[in-house]
Amino acid sequence: MNKFASAEELTRYQGELKRKTNGALKTISLCGGTGCKACGCNEIHTKLVEELNLREIRADIKVTGCQGFCEMAPLIVIRPDDTLYIQVKPRDIPEIVEKSIAGNEIVDRLVYHDSDGKPIPKESDVPFYKAQLRLVSKKTPYIDPMEIDDYIALGGYSALAKVLTSMSPEEVISEVKKSGLRGRGGGGFPTGRKWESCRKAEGERKFVICNADEGDPGAFMDCALLEGNPHQVLEGMLIGAYAIGSSEGFIYVRHEYPRAVQTFSNALFQAGEYGLLGKNILGTDFSFEVAINRGGGAFVCGESTALMASLEGRVGEPRAKYIHTVEHGLFNLPSNLNNVETWATVPAIIDMGVEEFTKIGNEKNKGTKMFSLVGKIKNTGLIEVPLGATLRQVVFDIGGGIAKEKAFKAIQTGGPSGGLLPEGMLDLPVDFDKLWEAGSMMGSGGMIVMDEDNCVVNISRYFLNFLKDESCGKCLPCREGIRYMMEILEKIEKGEGTMEDLETLEEIAHTVADTSICGLGKSAPNPVLSSLTYFKDEYIAHIKDKKCPGGICKALINYYILEDKCNGCGVCAKVCTMNAITGKKDQVHRIDLDLCEKCGACLESCPTEAIVRR
Amino acid sequence: MLQVEMNKKKVDAELDEMLAGYERDRTEVIMVLQDIQDKYNWLPQEALTYVAKNWQIPMTDMYHIVTFYKAFSLKPRGKHILQLCLGTACHVREAPFILDALERDHGIKNRETTDDGLFTLETVNCVGACAQGPILIIDGQMRGNMTQTKVGGIIRKLRKAHKEEVAENE
Repeated sequence: MNKFASAEELTRYQGELKRKTNGALKTISLCGGTGCKACGCNEIHTKLVEELNLREIRADIKVTGCQGFCEMAPLIVIRPDDTLYIQVKPRDIPEIVEKSIAGNEIVDRLVYHDSDGKPIPKESDVPFYKAQLRLVSKKTPYIDPMEIDDYIALGGYSALAKVLTSMSPEEVISEVKKSGLRGRGGGGFPTGRKWESCRKAEGERKFVICNADEGDPGAFMDCALLEGNPHQVLEGMLIGAYAIGSSEGFIYVRHEYPRAVQTFSNALFQAGEYGLLGKNILGTDFSFEVAINRGGGAFVCGESTALMASLEGRVGEPRAKYIHTVEHGLFNLPSNLNNVETWATVPAIIDMGVEEFTKIGNEKNKGTKMFSLVGKIKNTGLIEVPLGATLRQVVFDIGGGIAKEKAFKAIQTGGPSGGLLPEGMLDLPVDFDKLWEAGSMMGSGGMIVMDEDNCVVNISRYFLNFLKDESCGKCLPCREGIRYMMEILEKIEKGEGTMEDLETLEEIAHTVADTSICGLGKSAPNPVLSSLTYFKDEYIAHIKDKKCPGGICKALINYYILEDKCNGCGVCAKVCTMNAITGKKDQVHRIDLDLCEKCGACLESCPTEAIVRR
Repeated sequence: MLQVEMNKKKVDAELDEMLAGYERDRTEVIMVLQDIQDKYNWLPQEALTYVAKNWQIPMTDMYHIVTFYKAFSLKPRGKHILQLCLGTACHVREAPFILDALERDHGIKNRETTDDGLFTLETVNCVGACAQGPILIIDGQMRGNMTQTKVGGIIRKLRKAHKEEVAENE
């Protein structure tokens, strides 16, 4: 492959690819996202190849990045028919190949069925997808992330070509400013303004950095983008570098994402081969290189100054932000850092134009946002919605409501330093400002749904424990304050808390928020403060009634067997390591509360759901 | 604690070869340490001195780095690495109960290696497969929808396989 010497050559190549792929063969798009990998999509791939060879049928198999509907993993979509098959097993493959690849029939038993049992074969009709608006993650289901041609065939790198040949850097910045794009990593700072400051800053070298240190537990949007469509992220970085006037870029990827490192390295190599990266890109004067750095596993490195310290080979301790990184960042030189999703949104803006882009979202929040919707929800997965969609739409229209017919308790947005929001807030629009006002935040986009069986005190303690471990320890309020708040919550969990503790808790929370150096400490008290606002009665139940309404806090609960549900099968007695359960075969069993360790193994294994904790 | 014999000369020679592609610039140090850990499963003292000398980084800085980042282990790790996800999604699906079960029923404690050198347990925060939570990663292989019972089965199977292997070698 020769390098593209001009934008016209890229366009010509794009045309060739489109003609070649134009509906000649059926495409089997197999989701190879992390969730589907955990459900055995590799075996399905092997079986597919085997079956097609055996029958001598030609079809195009694409193993894509995360398509989103993780709950129903492993997923297969047959195109152009758009038939979605869910929870596919290797033994289903012969039937799929026979009916849907060789023929044009649908295997009814493998398609999605709605709550009334009606089959919905088309992917775009399935409620989980129908209620979304996919802009940034639009191309992922059609792309083999290891193939640059797949991305180019869908119009990839056109935005870069357009920018390099017909726009000045100032015009690019002005477009991004007009688009109203705000940082998707959680800060929500206007991207165009950041770029402008960095362009104006003086320095012999300037850096463009992609933050892929996605440390929020329960969030995997950036992982999915890097694994599913790495070229779109790279294209965004290229456009940004051109606008800012930088020729050196870095991407900092979390070490827990080895596959993202692999796909992105491959993308860099392929883009280099095509002349889309390196010297004189598309025959212009613009040159750009990107280096990959693997993180060392520290949540605080998602903070921009800590990340830059880590890139320099030091420990990731943040510094005060009155010195702006756009002027003095990496190696004390002007540096522009944006999150993976922000970079990936840029080509979409250039492609569709500012006018179309700004039609999506609300007044101060334009475009879409990806979220990982997880926890006690029916349709767990990766979603994308217009900013300003309500929490209710996300939880019920897309998420399908709470799993196992339980009651909704809370939704946690914004990662460990976000807030817990109650049912009464479900009509809140999901945008940077509204979530902030409600005492939570956007964060990078994790949304964790909790049901009646979760305990708010326990969850808040969990987040504090996480943040205590991840606090770098540089400043006192964060290092000591989080630990002290956690100790109070542990006391409450044990039923030893007092009402006075709640006041102390609130006081420390405000102090930590007001006096910490970086965002980690400033936002760490959010789970405590928001749960004290919306779920104070649960704290009081722990303190005054010595009860845990969620049935989680060990010191305040016991396990019981419901007589009318127990069929005497004896499975619980077998799994109990304390020999606390007794009973004759086929007769109601009993738990000896003095011996019970409250490990929950019996509850987990009971086939008739006869064991409860309260 | 598990003891592993290291030979300084051998380590030096191995690292000379493995790290030849690096430019010995300070910015590389975290990745260099990751490569070393991938090779030995931990960071032996010999390797730290090697990096300190060749990258010209004081030993105090080296220890600052390796104790700051979670990815690094200064203790030898076991034959099987168990990583239990305690990310929020796994937490609300009761992953802590599995952590308790591993210690209570199987004697495997978090951040420790069993005396026989067979298992090392580490907890991680989110591996991006929240829909299948709780997740346990066994030697890089992801297993979803974990329960205390399933974990018990997995541990027993690995212990049995190890016993058979030892018996065969004897």
